[in-house]
Amino acid sequence: MTEIKQGALVLEDGSLFEGELIGYEPDQGYASGEVVFNTALTGYQEVITDPSYAGQIITFTYPHIGNYGINAEDFESSRPFCRGIIIKDLARRHSNWRSDTNLNTFLVDSKVSGICGVDTRRLTRHIREAGAMPGAFGTANEETLLTAAKNEPGTSNIDLVAEVTCPEPYFVPSTRNNGSHNKKIVALDFGIKRTIIKHLSMIGDVQVVPAWTSAEDILAYEPDGIFLSNGPGDPSSVKKAPETIASLLGKVPMFGICLGHQLLGIAIGAETVKMPFGHHGANHPVKNMITGEIEITSQNHNFAVDPETLNGKASVTHVNLNDGVCQGLTIAEANAFSVQHHPEAGPGPHDSAYLFSEFDQLMDKVNGGQDA
Amino acid sequence: MVAKMPKRTDIEKILLIGSGPIVIGQACEFDYSGTQACRVLREEGYTVILANSNPATIMTDPDFADATYIEPLTSEVLTKIIEQEKPHALLPTLGGQTALNLAMELVEMGVLEANGVELIGADAEAIATAEDRARFKDAMIEIGLPVPISGVAHSMDDAEKIIEEIGLPVIVRPAYILGGKGTGIAETLEEFNKLASNGLAASPIHEILIEQSIKGWKEYELEVMRDRADNCVVVCSIENLDPMGVHTGDSITVAPTQTLSDVEYQTLRNAAFACMRRVGVETGGSNVQFAVDPATGEFVIIEMNPRVSRSSALASKATGFPIAKIATKLAIGYTLDEIPNDITKKTPASFEPTIDYVVTKIPRWAFEKFPGTPAVLGTQMQSVGEVMSIGRTFPESLQKAIRSLELGRFGLNADNSEVNFQDIDDKELLKQVEVGTPTRLFEVAELLYRGVSIETLHDATGIDPWFLDQMLLIVEERLFLEQQNLKSVSHFSMRRAKRLGFSDCQLAYIWGEEEEAVRNKRIELGVLPVFKTVDTCSAEFEAETPYHYSTYDDDNEVAASDKPKVVILGSGPNRIGQGIEFDYCCVHASFALREIGYETIMVNCNPETVSTDYDTSDRLFFEPLTEEDVRNILEVETESANRANGPGIAGVIVGLGGQTPLKLANSLPENIIAGTSPDSIDLAEDRERWNAVCSQLEIPQPPGGTAVSLEEARAIVERVGYPVLIRPSYVLGGRAMSIVYDDEQLDSAMQELTQQGSLGREGGLSAERPVLVDRFLEDATEVDVDAIRDKNGDVFIGGIMEHVEEAGVHSGDSACMLPPQNLSTTTLATLEEYTNRIAERLEVVGLINIQYVVKKVGESETVFVIEANPRASRTVPFVSKAIGVPLVKVASRVMLGETLAELKDNGGLQSKATGEHVSVKEAVLPFNRFPETDAILGPEMRSTGEVMGIDVTPGLAFAKSQIAAGMALPETGTVFLSLADRDKEIGIETASLLAKLGFTIAATRGTATALNAANIEVIDVIAKIGEKEGTTAIELIESGKIRLVINSPRGRGPRADGDHIRKAAAEQGIPLLTTASAGLALAKGLIDWRSHTLRVRPLQHFHNKTSSQQRLEI
Repeated sequence: MTEIKQGALVLEDGSLFEGELIGYEPDQGYASGEVVFNTALTGYQEVITDPSYAGQIITFTYPHIGNYGINAEDFESSRPFCRGIIIKDLARRHSNWRSDTNLNTFLVDSKVSGICGVDTRRLTRHIREAGAMPGAFGTANEETLLTAAKNEPGTSNIDLVAEVTCPEPYFVPSTRNNGSHNKKIVALDFGIKRTIIKHLSMIGDVQVVPAWTSAEDILAYEPDGIFLSNGPGDPSSVKKAPETIASLLGKVPMFGICLGHQLLGIAIGAETVKMPFGHHGANHPVKNMITGEIEITSQNHNFAVDPETLNGKASVTHVNLNDGVCQGLTIAEANAFSVQHHPEAGPGPHDSAYLFSEFDQLMDKVNGGQDA
Repeated sequence: MVAKMPKRTDIEKILLIGSGPIVIGQACEFDYSGTQACRVLREEGYTVILANSNPATIMTDPDFADATYIEPLTSEVLTKIIEQEKPHALLPTLGGQTALNLAMELVEMGVLEANGVELIGADAEAIATAEDRARFKDAMIEIGLPVPISGVAHSMDDAEKIIEEIGLPVIVRPAYILGGKGTGIAETLEEFNKLASNGLAASPIHEILIEQSIKGWKEYELEVMRDRADNCVVVCSIENLDPMGVHTGDSITVAPTQTLSDVEYQTLRNAAFACMRRVGVETGGSNVQFAVDPATGEFVIIEMNPRVSRSSALASKATGFPIAKIATKLAIGYTLDEIPNDITKKTPASFEPTIDYVVTKIPRWAFEKFPGTPAVLGTQMQSVGEVMSIGRTFPESLQKAIRSLELGRFGLNADNSEVNFQDIDDKELLKQVEVGTPTRLFEVAELLYRGVSIETLHDATGIDPWFLDQMLLIVEERLFLEQQNLKSVSHFSMRRAKRLGFSDCQLAYIWGEEEEAVRNKRIELGVLPVFKTVDTCSAEFEAETPYHYSTYDDDNEVAASDKPKVVILGSGPNRIGQGIEFDYCCVHASFALREIGYETIMVNCNPETVSTDYDTSDRLFFEPLTEEDVRNILEVETESANRANGPGIAGVIVGLGGQTPLKLANSLPENIIAGTSPDSIDLAEDRERWNAVCSQLEIPQPPGGTAVSLEEARAIVERVGYPVLIRPSYVLGGRAMSIVYDDEQLDSAMQELTQQGSLGREGGLSAERPVLVDRFLEDATEVDVDAIRDKNGDVFIGGIMEHVEEAGVHSGDSACMLPPQNLSTTTLATLEEYTNRIAERLEVVGLINIQYVVKKVGESETVFVIEANPRASRTVPFVSKAIGVPLVKVASRVMLGETLAELKDNGGLQSKATGEHVSVKEAVLPFNRFPETDAILGPEMRSTGEVMGIDVTPGLAFAKSQIAAGMALPETGTVFLSLADRDKEIGIETASLLAKLGFTIAATRGTATALNAANIEVIDVIAKIGEKEGTTAIELIESGKIRLVINSPRGRGPRADGDHIRKAAAEQGIPLLTTASAGLALAKGLIDWRSHTLRVRPLQHFHNKTSSQQRLEI
């Protein structure tokens, strides 16, 4: 048996949870961030490497994590951006025909610390009652951890996008064999997931650009459509992007996911609110208000567009049936739409994948004939 | 957000078909689903017509439907019901394969169309697409889903062509067969030919599917639901620990999936929805099974059940998402988003449950009751029950499941029973684990303990390395604990052991201590269990429903409560001898006590049952029924009461769940046991004390004594004479009971008992557990009495049941009639009087069941008492339905202190139905699953279920009970009689009745001689074995002209004479009766059956009519 490093997690409010350290040994004896929970049963590899978790420590409610190891294909970005993971049990041995390594090795290699053996259900219930809050875990003493938790700024009023966006533009060719008339999609990268790029590249060529790219530079690519990506943190703190989006609106068809959805809302003057503990999971029912159909969705957000502040500039297309949170917008006259949940899944159900086709068709409609 | 309720208003009356008797592959999960369906439909304002032949179900309680037909489940009977009731719709998806097959028959007969009945839930097209293997395969190929390469054969010629194409090994599956019966894997051409020809014969449409074998692949199941708006959700995913090759009903299964990444899981999810849509199940739940190649991830779809299933019951209990209830709502027009999630109350049912624990299901088998049948698991289901457990991790969940099984195992080895493996070397043991068996899990753990690698074990068993490593964690912990002792163990080590699911009992074994000492040490170290909640959402939302399981984590979620509490200990896994009847009793107690203001707390670990439905009781603890686990619950509930300054636990009910809770009674504080005291139970159970009671009360017993050795047994026989009945003490369902006629049989019976083995674990022989040796009274009538006594000494006789088969056949396996038909009024008075006396002497408060034997000598009848059980018996549900009085509801209130007089005053006890109807209970036996076993009735119980026939004459009721139990009543042709000498007289009466009915008679020589002497013509006289001339019994039976075989052997032991006759009858599917008395009852029944037209009447009719009204209607 490997050596057990006893440790603890302390939340900002002083709550203490015992556990054992796993993964990368934190540099100052602790790791800190905003503690959130994710209820998905599968998909830890995607969740850990999802840039939207920048600044956060992820609690997995499913107790066994690491069972199927880590494979080369399911990464959502080049590295994890989360601040740590909290789990009940780390698989000592993984088993799956696609796995290349185990979770613990991956955590060590990518400098992510974790704590296991935690009563994650108690923690989840606590967050449900008290809201997501900063916390710190490690081998440091309780006092140090509490101070670290209290010093942690959380995710409100911080531009975390700057941390995760690509430094330089890059091009991803279409995987759709469409002769020479590929559509061109410019994707604004606020922390884009690879699965999204995969879906977009099935429609056309994808030009991924940094979050701060100007409207002029974007238009210079002559896009058929603009995609607003997912990303971490507080949408109201993201610099420049809302203005960029506002000036592009109506010029080119637009599709936003998650943070991209929130930024689209802000661009038309709506406000976003921080939710008590957000939505993080793969089982939320969302109703498509146009078709009446229900989609089981992948969710990962702590902020949401307040539909009361839309002022008739957009209409709500999707609603979360659990709590009524706005999950989708359309600005018909501007050929723009967005959803709060994750139609690309990664991880999660594929029920909402049709939204990519809708984006494709919207581009066809607006740019009619261009493609032929 | 929720739209207006779009419930269908164009239908008002709905017919629901239940699944009939409990059989292997179809157990009480369908009572659970049917009960939920009845409740939903009535709550929604529909008139519910229910048809089910099984009286031991909650769904057939008269207040669950508007008209409850306890009638045989045949298309003829259902046609009658439909014509009589004119329902608007038929819901066929909640009664298992039985209901589905019957619905299809009714469609094909045109009955539904002619009567304007609509199939709801699944239409005929969808059912046929899912059930017909060729159509299913084509449908899947059409939508691009991979299926194993296969071919469909209707003849041996077809089969030979297909095997040339596919090549061996293959799996052969007959069409339209439940539980995989007749299915098997063929590795050789010889095996293939046998399987194919048997399969063609077994399939009702003479069709088999021959399929590429994917033995060894990983097996997964998805429980999916769909509504009329095409919204689909997965309720639960399940991974089988046993790879493909073992029937999923016989596999250890785990929820959720453990070794699939999200990408792979979503692929299966998409495939499951595509499958459900293509098959065309418009509303409701389905189960879709997949196999995945562990080396490449290639998957194939195996099958789908377009209905609620055993797996969906498991999934409902595993997640808190009530599939049957929701399926029923969907069938009547709701969509998922219009139905609230019961657990959270705030969120809708249109979501996918997510769980933060691990669920393990382990089946329970009964091979020890079927000698000759090897205990090997395959593609045909053989288990008779199952347990489910919930733990925060797989090791905890696995060990809890093992101790839930009640097999004398307290976890993954590290207990007294593991000595069984010590004589077997690694090589031999490794060979053994290649095949699925009931003990494979323990053998694998033993090999891990010996240091055999996971790779080696994975190669041998096909079990995924992740599961093996999790088991290794348990084994390594044990190795570590072996270096500790009770004194040295730290808080940390103790907690880690408990988190891995170790029971106090295992720790006591490892350290050579008493369990109590471990418990005390554990409490001293502060390592205490906490109870978490099953909430469908991994704590994302607050749960309103107190459905709990224990674990060793930080915080406890059991709420404070100031109501008086009653804890009901359930009956654990179904097994032969202890099944749905006891769950029925526990559920009734909960209903009755809840109604009068108690907070009812159910403890059970059987996922198939109504008792483990989260809304049956105020609180549900899904926990093993062991001393440790039950005491933990009592402590946490006491603490819950203290926090609210409540009165606490008013009583613990141990007398309703069969032997399981009774065995725990002694480890609980005596003052909290509700009703009859543990000492009274012991007074009835302890042979010496019981004998003293009987002689004091001057009630005759058959002469006998107790023995722990052959010598002692012989001494008793010398005193009382042969034949004697041999009964080990403290066993269930007549385990290892036998009747012996001579010294040789006595020797072998005693040897059987003193040997180690399954019985060694259940009992064995010792001074505390002697064997009872009693004179066996031949040709005597056995009688069962169920009664209730209150604390003031008033006694209510529920029913006196006269057994059809003579004494010597286990009461659970014999048919019985209520009221008795052949007992004198004097005898009936004596039976009542004795019952009163015994109940009084035992100071019973609650139910008591007493077994008597009535022996006729000349004109006089003598009543002997055999045994008394001061607890609920197997017959209580049957009696309750026959007399229209819910005995357990009355008894449970009596146990909590009310008197019968008070209950009469407050409406809690109404008078018995006085109509002149006769009720017959018949047992249903699983011999068709165990073809190697002699299909003879005897003192060891082997039935899995029961049916009830109810009508206005004993003959009609008996005939109905036989049809309900699956017999095709013979109409013309030849009856073959082969009877023991003592049965010749009764045989003459039977044969003359049969001859009157137009049957011709064939008989073995001795029987024929007796019949001839009574002027009964015998057209075929069969030679005895060994005789050279004449037709043999086998030739006669195989000739095809025999419609019924009545064969009573001299003895009732294994390998009794005539087994070749019984085997041949079983192989040819000819109705077989193994007692002369049953033959006579059937002959009388046939006479009545011929002279009456079939009438069906709901139970409510019998309960509400007075005798004079009823008489007019015959």
